[in-house]
Amino acid sequence: MDVKFESWKEIIKDENIAFKKTKVLTDNILSYCPGCGHGVVHRLVAETIEEMEIQDQTIGIAPVGCAVLAYDFFDLDMQQAAHGRAPALATAIKRLYPEKFVFTYQGDGDLAAIGGNETIHACNRGENITIIFINNGIYGMTGGQMAPTTLEGMVTSTSPYGRDPKLMGYPLRITELIAMLPGTYYVTRQAVYKPAYVRKAKKAIRKAFENQKLNKGVSFVEIVSNCNSGWKMTPVEANKWLEENMLKTFPLGDIKVDGELVKEL
Amino acid sequence: MSEIRLMMGNEAIAEAAIRAGCDGYFGYPITPQSEVLEYLMAEKPYERTGMVVLQAESELAAVNMLYGGGAAGKRVMTTSSSPGISLMQEAISYMAGAEIPCLIANVVRGGPGLGTIQPSQSDYFQATKGGGHGDYCLFVLAPSSVQEMADFVKLGFEMAFKYRNPVMILSDGVIGQVMEKVELIDPIPRRTQEEIIKECPWATTGKTPDRERNIITSLDLDPIRQEKHVMNLKEKFEKMKEDVMWENIQTDDAEYLIVAYGSSARISQKTIDLARNEGIKVGLFRPITLYPFPEKELERLSKQVKGILSVEMSLGQLIEDVRLAVHDRVPVEHYGRVGGSVHTPFQVLEALKEKIVNKY
Ligand SMILES: Cc1ncc(C[n+]2csc(CCOP(=O)(O)OP(=O)(O)O)c2C)c(N)n1
Ligand code: SF4
Ligand SMILES: [Mg+2]
Repeated sequence: MDVKFESWKEIIKDENIAFKKTKVLTDNILSYCPGCGHGVVHRLVAETIEEMEIQDQTIGIAPVGCAVLAYDFFDLDMQQAAHGRAPALATAIKRLYPEKFVFTYQGDGDLAAIGGNETIHACNRGENITIIFINNGIYGMTGGQMAPTTLEGMVTSTSPYGRDPKLMGYPLRITELIAMLPGTYYVTRQAVYKPAYVRKAKKAIRKAFENQKLNKGVSFVEIVSNCNSGWKMTPVEANKWLEENMLKTFPLGDIKVDGELVKEL
Repeated sequence: MSEIRLMMGNEAIAEAAIRAGCDGYFGYPITPQSEVLEYLMAEKPYERTGMVVLQAESELAAVNMLYGGGAAGKRVMTTSSSPGISLMQEAISYMAGAEIPCLIANVVRGGPGLGTIQPSQSDYFQATKGGGHGDYCLFVLAPSSVQEMADFVKLGFEMAFKYRNPVMILSDGVIGQVMEKVELIDPIPRRTQEEIIKECPWATTGKTPDRERNIITSLDLDPIRQEKHVMNLKEKFEKMKEDVMWENIQTDDAEYLIVAYGSSARISQKTIDLARNEGIKVGLFRPITLYPFPEKELERLSKQVKGILSVEMSLGQLIEDVRLAVHDRVPVEHYGRVGGSVHTPFQVLEALKEKIVNKY
């Protein structure tokens, strides 16, 4: 279904433009819920690619998850991977086209549960790729089931009485795990729920793409994000909840920079 | 100048890959085909042709590496054996849906489950009827010699790119492990990026300003569009019939017919000679492509014979396609050892007499 707002076109004139969308995003209307972090991160990745002037050299990989249609939004050559397998696709593409920029865009279910093995081994091999990891502590796309990153006590549709670690395991801090691997070169955890954090996240994403020129291993950017639909909150409530709860288990900041751990794990 | 060597099937397929201009091999060890990856690692094709060789963390990862590389227009391949091929079915289905060319060889071993490491032909259904979820077919080649193990790499890549579809070489532990004389082709250079862009305008090679972005996906949530897509795939699977291949051995005067592929065809060839020494006029029909199945030719042959024995190291999978092709015009029976046991020419002869010649 294509929704068209023809009347907007009259307003879109050069003299009226106060803020411009990057050309690396298409004009397709985002499928994300209002207030969802996915949209913001899409913009940051697209802006980075525009600023680096690498649109014609970039190949992106969409996951299975809410970002499954990412290829509708990025004006890039893109592949859609089976659930969790994006790092395997990226491995081959980068090895076969070492001069191109290759990134995966994955949710926490995709990257840390079903694709945990592909993630760890691509990171351990030191593939020269960028991984953008959207951690919203839940399976957004399938309606809010428990993810490996779901917090202790957190209510989801498959942990209706709260996540009990004795029954369901602990929240998986996969970012700390992969930072320990010698194959990762840059590992950082960011957020996009506040303007200041958006600017920081943008810098991190830029670094993660720039690093591909160095050929030194994986650059991994986790974004602690929200899922207001899955969390059953308004966008404002979700951002508040994120700050008060998610960041305790998933503290923000760089973990590994230029191949050196900068945080005690 | 081509080159003649004594090689095992698994080595031949590896060397043929280098010579066929393969861009990337991604694999995971499993008996009886680990020699492919071992040969490639020892041979360093990245120095010979620039070909990438990588030991993946699993068959799951290996086959998804094929997805990534194939979707970017590269000639990519993997080899495995039955349990590994089962693990690959998810991505094979995705690649069929997303129309990604690639080459996969299954050096079949006995099953089900972990089964045995000895040869079998019990993955026929999986190879020829799709194998993973959804409506799709693979182009399936069945080598019956080390020579064909090598030859089918180049042919397999040609078919994969002609049809934008995964191609499977359905081999088995006999063909993989046996040593034979093989004539290797002169190396074909790997395609340049310009050639790839020209040959594969659909590939994700980077969106240049002169074209729209290329998207490789098997997803379309709109049932009408998805239906159209699957119908387009069907047309392609039909079109594959123009590349159907088979071999007739001593069929001209045959009153009985053995149908067998791969190593069973090799074994049955001997049976034909033994039978003819006893005055039984039997011929061998060897399907070389298992999909598309050479049904027209088999139907033609069925009109001259009194009975058909379908020989396969399985409980009877090939026989279903044989029966479909001959429309019950003549009796069709199955014979085959299973679970890693290999029938001898004499056992096939006994079965031929008992199940066909003495009855019809
Ligand atoms: C093999 C397979 N298993 C399950 C699914 C169903 N599925 C689709 S998306 C998803 C979870 C995605 O969650 P996440 O990666 O966290 O992404 P989010 O939607 O939260 O961004 C699941 C389980 C699938 N598509 N494929
Ligand atoms: S379901 Fe959650 S993750 Fe998915 S778009 Fe909505 S808010 Fe975002
Ligand atoms: Mg999620």
